[in-house]
Amino acid sequence: MSSLEFASVTVRYGKREVVRSFRASVASGGWLGVIGPNGAGKSSLLRAAVALVDFTGDVLVDGVSLSLRSRSRRAALLAYVPQNPLLPYDMTALEYVLLGRSPFVSYFGTESRHDRALARDVLGRLDVSEFAERRLGELSGGEQQRLVIARALATEAPILLLDEPTSALDIGHQQQALELVARLRRDHGLTVVSAMHDLTLAGMYADHLALMHEGSVVAYGPAADVLRPETLAEFYVVRVTVHHEPDGTVVVIPRRESFD
Amino acid sequence: MNVEQHGTPRHHGGGGNWRRLAWFLASIAVVVTAVLLGAMIGPAGPPAWRIPLAFLDHLPGVDIDSGVSEAQWSLIWNIRMPRVILAGIVGAMLSVGGAAYQGVFRNPLVDPYLLGAAAGAGLGATLMIAVWGDVGRDWPVAPVPVVSFLFAMATVAVTYMVGASFGGLRSSTTLVLAGVAMVSLTTAIQTFVLQRNSEVVREVYNWILGRVSTATWTDVRLVTPYVVVSCVVLFLHRRHLDMLRVGDDEAATLGMPVARVRLVVVAAATLGTAAVVAVSGLIGFVGLLVPHAVRMVAGSSYRRLLPLTAAFGAAFLILVDIPGRTLTAPAELPIGVVTAFFGAPFFIFLLRTHQVAG
Repeated sequence: MSSLEFASVTVRYGKREVVRSFRASVASGGWLGVIGPNGAGKSSLLRAAVALVDFTGDVLVDGVSLSLRSRSRRAALLAYVPQNPLLPYDMTALEYVLLGRSPFVSYFGTESRHDRALARDVLGRLDVSEFAERRLGELSGGEQQRLVIARALATEAPILLLDEPTSALDIGHQQQALELVARLRRDHGLTVVSAMHDLTLAGMYADHLALMHEGSVVAYGPAADVLRPETLAEFYVVRVTVHHEPDGTVVVIPRRESFD
Repeated sequence: MNVEQHGTPRHHGGGGNWRRLAWFLASIAVVVTAVLLGAMIGPAGPPAWRIPLAFLDHLPGVDIDSGVSEAQWSLIWNIRMPRVILAGIVGAMLSVGGAAYQGVFRNPLVDPYLLGAAAGAGLGATLMIAVWGDVGRDWPVAPVPVVSFLFAMATVAVTYMVGASFGGLRSSTTLVLAGVAMVSLTTAIQTFVLQRNSEVVREVYNWILGRVSTATWTDVRLVTPYVVVSCVVLFLHRRHLDMLRVGDDEAATLGMPVARVRLVVVAAATLGTAAVVAVSGLIGFVGLLVPHAVRMVAGSSYRRLLPLTAAFGAAFLILVDIPGRTLTAPAELPIGVVTAFFGAPFFIFLLRTHQVAG
């Protein structure tokens, strides 16, 4: 399996630095949760890792810079789930999941029998086999979300980058999707980097959190160290109570302003 | 989740080899039927039912009495058939080109003329007819198609360079806008030239409306190599066109060189489009109508879409050419007018019968 390292990654849009010298290394099988208010640079960081935006600095997989890898090798190492995936309404679920095998198909080639078998297998593991021939437009938001994750898993990449993977889901589907990623991480040693809004969920699943603010990392460490009321108040401008469960779970509870 | 909102087709082709075979046989049957009808129906010549017999008679090793005289056969083979075959080639190319353009720009309203192929060809033809008439007099080939072909390619090349240098190649929007600008500019020049040379307006107008009526086997031989190269390249990129359906970004993270694929597909589609426009004039609507009609009945996967689009595009143009030459015989209706006249209601009918709330 693979480790991932961000070495002073800086992303600029024009003159504005949206990610400032981001440094972090995620051990093989680790889960880094990137949190922060809107516009903090979470998505830009993930987009830099898959070369969708220009950046300075370096992203290394197992100590080797991604810039030295070929395009298809990069695609085979990092599976990326964007915040708003575009789902062609009349593509079948199987066709969609099969796209995840693209890094392994030669330029003029076509997916092999093995690729097809693997795509079906992934559908089975996500309990969505019955959708194989259904069209994406006919499926519910939760089902679509699972297929997006299925597509990423079909790549069998050692590193999974998730940009707000569960923001469109209800609480049940959120849990299902994250449990699925956690299970795959446990069983296959997947390395995960996820940008997340829900702080409690981020703390529960990730083993390290990086709190970003205006492009810079302002707090880094285990959930209990990062999710402190005063830290969150400073960077999110929010009033919260942080509750520590006996099992170590950190629960962030928003509070109303009191007027008396 | 951004689910594209379109009318949802009622039918759709799932996997299955038998279905693929059925579509394959259906496309062959449609094309053969269209070619036969095209050869059989016309203002002069032998009785229509004898013509299939005459075809059989001319197959090597077959000898039957078709009752078609040599002179009649010559009329069919040298006047009607080139026209039918050229209509087929033009229809197939414009439809495949349209589907490919729609794929790389992920825009259903795009046709193969988007980046200026038609406007450039129109300007080239206008200049040749109005201004440079003397220049091409001793060329070995007809000068108007050659010049319009070159202008079509040049216009798209300029559009591409402008779009790429100002917008980068990460987004296709700049390219589309550059196309809009180039089309306006080219059309403006064409209008200016026409206004200064009003005596050729009718000739230029006839060219613009499109025609396969004067087709000869030479025309067919002239365009075939371009169309074959173009279609082979486009067919080889069917998987890439399917990948682009999830967006440039995701296609890139799946390992696809998006900008390069877009350039290759646009270049190939433009080559074929420019070639057919050069011999047949501007036949509108085909590149929009046929790919969408095929999508509605057979689904949007480019692996199925491109071959079916080629077959149905060929059949469509052959069939609409029949009323073009019979309705007002011996005069001709321009085929560009007929495609829109029959195509638009058919398209509306398809929209209506296949639309479900998106």
